[in-house]
Amino acid sequence: MNPVIKLEGLRKTYHTGEVDVHAVQGISLEILPGEFVAIMGASGSGKSTLMNLIGCLDRPTSGRFDLDGIDISTLDRSALADIRNRKIGFVFQGFNLLSRTSALENVEMPMLYSHQHVHAPEQRRRALESLELVGLGQRSDHYPNQLSGGQQQRVAIARALVNKPSLLLADEPTGNLDSQTSIEIMGVFQKLNDQGITIIMVTHELDIARYTKRNIVLRDGRVVTDEFVPRRLHAEAELHRLQEAQQAINLTA
Amino acid sequence: MRIFATLRTAFRALRRNKMRTLLTMLGMIIGVGAVIASVSITSGAKQQVEQQIASLGENMLLVFPGSFSSSGARLGWGNWHSLQLEDALAIQTQLQGVTAVSPENRTRTQVIAGNQNWNTTVLGESPEYLQIRQWPLAEGEMFDNQQVRTAAKVCIIGQTDVKELFPEGNPLGKMIRIRDVPCQVIGVLQAKGLSPMGQDQDDLVLVPYTTELKRINREDWLDTILVQAVSQAAMPIVQQEITSLLVQRHHLQPDGPRDFLVRSQEDIAQAATATATVMGGLLAGIAAVSLLVGGIGIMNIMLVSVTERTREIGIRMAVGARGGDIMVQFLIEAVTLSLIGGAMGIASGMGISRLVASLTHWPTLTPFMWIGIASISSAAIGVVSGFYPAWKASKLDPIDALRYE
Repeated sequence: MNPVIKLEGLRKTYHTGEVDVHAVQGISLEILPGEFVAIMGASGSGKSTLMNLIGCLDRPTSGRFDLDGIDISTLDRSALADIRNRKIGFVFQGFNLLSRTSALENVEMPMLYSHQHVHAPEQRRRALESLELVGLGQRSDHYPNQLSGGQQQRVAIARALVNKPSLLLADEPTGNLDSQTSIEIMGVFQKLNDQGITIIMVTHELDIARYTKRNIVLRDGRVVTDEFVPRRLHAEAELHRLQEAQQAINLTA
Repeated sequence: MRIFATLRTAFRALRRNKMRTLLTMLGMIIGVGAVIASVSITSGAKQQVEQQIASLGENMLLVFPGSFSSSGARLGWGNWHSLQLEDALAIQTQLQGVTAVSPENRTRTQVIAGNQNWNTTVLGESPEYLQIRQWPLAEGEMFDNQQVRTAAKVCIIGQTDVKELFPEGNPLGKMIRIRDVPCQVIGVLQAKGLSPMGQDQDDLVLVPYTTELKRINREDWLDTILVQAVSQAAMPIVQQEITSLLVQRHHLQPDGPRDFLVRSQEDIAQAATATATVMGGLLAGIAAVSLLVGGIGIMNIMLVSVTERTREIGIRMAVGARGGDIMVQFLIEAVTLSLIGGAMGIASGMGISRLVASLTHWPTLTPFMWIGIASISSAAIGVVSGFYPAWKASKLDPIDALRYE
């Protein structure tokens, strides 16, 4: 199986003022299709920079980065935009939905920038399909301010999935959510991963990372740990347990 | 990126800040409105003057006698008796492209009919006068060439003279006395109204030029020769030919001073509309300045909009919008803004000119060409003023844009 992500000696150096900041200092790793990876690290560990590089929002200073067999490091801005459109779905910490734009239209947006022309009815059909996948089929005409945080993040996931990307890239997807909603969102990710979608997620929450299959820990721009999760949590079971615990509190109170 | 989706995005962005959008458009509305209103008012004025000039006659050239120096005092045009009846006849017989000629001699005199009298202008003319001046008779008939040859004592009178001399009406067949010459009224002219200079054109009596020259005025020079050219296109040539014919007949140096002057209707029209043209140019200049200000307003607001929507730009770029897509989006937004403003400006400009027309009774006219010019320049202003903000938006770094608070 060809890896979705293949990094070889990837480096990123920022020239800010007199000091060069070596944000990523030679990372090599492979991520295969169907993996569910959490990238962890303290702030300043280089995980955001690595995320931007994998997300094709930035280009490495040196090293090689193949995404789905395409060498990214040599592409220009427009070509990178096309790669992002076709290969990558983004989910952000702050949801980043367009306000005063319905959930459906938010999900349709990536198709506006697709190279292949998608007719309006087909756009709508795909966007609805994507919303149903995250369990929001009935709320397609709601505006972001009419949706809860968890629902907004689901819309963002639907938007990330609509162009059928090779890779779903989530940057602290649960950072703005309470613990129960966080588990629900992890449940959505686990379900999508079970359907074969490759997911890479940046997080600093250890318990959230335990829902993934593989944890990579960065420090000072280098990989310090790369291991499979031994006792993986399952969102459904955890939710069930949480509800029981809540009921128990209610009973005793 | 599809145009329809882009337009929808643009409209949504403009709707989001209705007040701001309206205020931004106001610059365009005032600018375009001022252009359309000033053009409408000046073209209306010009058209009116041109119509009045055209009412003087069709394809008409006027030959006036030349200026005259007497003991060092230079008299103006028309004070020298340099035009003879033979000149008029030569123009008629020798020049091609001339359809009609009327030798004119004028007198201002008292005219008497029964117990009424009235001071009016008596014009000696040829029968072609009515054709040259495009002036039909209301009743009766024009004198003919036979009556010219015999210097017949007949006349045609204008509507003002009908009113003043024959208050009870029915002037046909009645006699009027011009100086001591009794003339029979054989025709009445239709009303023509005021001339461009405000003179009453209906206050006149026409007699055969022979009658005027031999019986009434007893002169042998002409005040004017009216010449009709075969077409408007022929007028410059005919004007040239009259000049060379008269230079030759009057034994003048070809490039020396002239004792006559040939004027075409267009010369008169140009002189009369010159003020309107200058005023129109001035107004259009002021309007162009306000359009420039409107364009700057759009640029300003688009720059604010780009800054405000940095995060949105970042999101769009993250999901795959190229710099060009972002640029097109903001350009379309700017053009939409300026086009809607322009359309509202055209509407308000036409409204203002209508209002002016109804308040002041000036005629106004909005030429279609100017509606087109206004629309195209509105779009152009949108492109020009939207270009820099759009370019700035397209050059944003997606990472910075996503992080922007």
